Amino acid sequence: MKVLVGVKRVLDYSIKVRPNAAKTAVDLKGAKIMNPFCEIAVEEAIQMKEKKKAKEVIAVSIGDKTAAETIRAALAMGADRGIHVLTNQRIDSDLQPLAVAKIFKHVFEENKTDLVLLGKQSIDDDANQTGQILAAMLDVPQATFASEIEFADDGDLIVTREIDAGLQKVKISVPSVITCDLRLNQPRFAKIPDIIKAKRKKIQTLKLEKLDIDTEPRAKTIKVDNPEVREGGVMVDNVDDLMSKLREDKII
Amino acid sequence: FSSLVVAEQFEGKLADNVTNVVGAASQFGEDVHVLLHGKDPESQLDGLSKISGISKVILAKHDDLENPTATDLANVAQKALTDGGYKRLLTPSTNFGKDFLPRIAGKIDSQPITDVIKIESENVFQRPVYSGNLVSTVESSDDIKLITVRSTNFDTSPEGELSAPTEHLDVSDCVGTSGYTYEFVENIVEKSDRPELTSASVVVSGGRGMKNGENFSMLYELADVLGDGAVGASRAAVDAGFVPNELQVGQTGKVVAPNLYIAVGISGAIQHLAGMKDSKTIVAINKDPEAPIFEIASYGLVGDLFTVVPELTKKLQK
Repeated sequence: MKVLVGVKRVLDYSIKVRPNAAKTAVDLKGAKIMNPFCEIAVEEAIQMKEKKKAKEVIAVSIGDKTAAETIRAALAMGADRGIHVLTNQRIDSDLQPLAVAKIFKHVFEENKTDLVLLGKQSIDDDANQTGQILAAMLDVPQATFASEIEFADDGDLIVTREIDAGLQKVKISVPSVITCDLRLNQPRFAKIPDIIKAKRKKIQTLKLEKLDIDTEPRAKTIKVDNPEVREGGVMVDNVDDLMSKLREDKII
Repeated sequence: FSSLVVAEQFEGKLADNVTNVVGAASQFGEDVHVLLHGKDPESQLDGLSKISGISKVILAKHDDLENPTATDLANVAQKALTDGGYKRLLTPSTNFGKDFLPRIAGKIDSQPITDVIKIESENVFQRPVYSGNLVSTVESSDDIKLITVRSTNFDTSPEGELSAPTEHLDVSDCVGTSGYTYEFVENIVEKSDRPELTSASVVVSGGRGMKNGENFSMLYELADVLGDGAVGASRAAVDAGFVPNELQVGQTGKVVAPNLYIAVGISGAIQHLAGMKDSKTIVAINKDPEAPIFEIASYGLVGDLFTVVPELTKKLQK
């Protein structure tokens, strides 16, 4: 089975994010990391390889030349090769899930892949849409918010997914798209020998503008601002204090 | 043009958030129609009975719509959308809505606008980004809009009487017609008489400071004594295996906005705050005076939760 994994380069979540001066976009200055949900997707793909369920793992990223670094990180974790779709469009806001899904569809078909593993959402736009849109465009089943993936005897996948009320199991055939949630696995740290080996793995570069895909944002960002700040409250010394405050507020 | 609301249901029971989503839809100033789905959608009409502002109910009835696959539900919703000539479809931004709505987008080539917290106009919406650290205002140029809303950000519809006509949607070409295997196997849920976490008026949440799952029983007791409260948890507590995943409150879990939110042994990571900072009153109990949760708490108590919580419960019982 050939597995396609998406890896997005995002702003490190420990950085205090702020709007640019004009409040038209996010100020993207700062360290970048692989989206944590994408890391989980890569880890799952590598584990499938180790269990001999996957033959090849291809890591795909979209973005400017720095996106290649994120692909290298996936290669260091164990992916076999990478595909870099080069573009200078802002990937945190302008290149939106609808367009990203179209790009992944192109890569999927060009590389005759079987399974797509994506993170359930990226921590910049928090959209949680790309996997689902892609599955519909490819006309294949999906399993979102996956917390466990098992292989059935007939070649199908049994995926446990997190739903609002708890967990749900679905059975899906391949080809399909799975989006990965927090508890699916614990991503490995790449060891130095793997990082060095990764430098020799191939990354194919495609220019987005040459792919004949309309990537103009349909939901254009017109403003980015801080949310309304919640007023701080007061400290209380003990339970009696707390209760009297809550009584005053008519909560108890 | 009317708005179509796809109502959330689970195992035949209508979700509490339907009234909020109808409230959101009514902000567009046009008729609101509601799509009910399941093996017996008529039984959900009761749940709509106190919501005003609904001018039509569409019933999608099929055994396999009780626990629908995203493919089938998206097919059904897309058919209702197209048949009715709606310009916008709204559903809640819960795992239910997030699963199926984007599939419609892939079929009709529209960019979904998800997790909407404010509707500024026909085409302009606000949504949180970067774990809710920032708010983005977007303008949609799509002719047909696919929208998920954060129900906690929209008022419930005013109470009224449902007097809308119902009509049946023929779903025979929508359900089980995909040609690939995509089957519901089972749900693994803990049955509970407690209120839904996302609509409870009181939520007591535990974090890593709870030390283990058994200790959560003291939070259930407190939730009970406060009057029909729900219990939630931080991601840390869920990851540590203290409680199951459906209790997680936060950016990648559930978003809640109860009247009273009590955070017990929760440090207050940004991602947790993203899921509860709109609560009316926040009480924080933590032994670390530097815990970030105190910055947004209405009332903060520095202390050992293992003494404070039982003391609070006991005194409230009096």
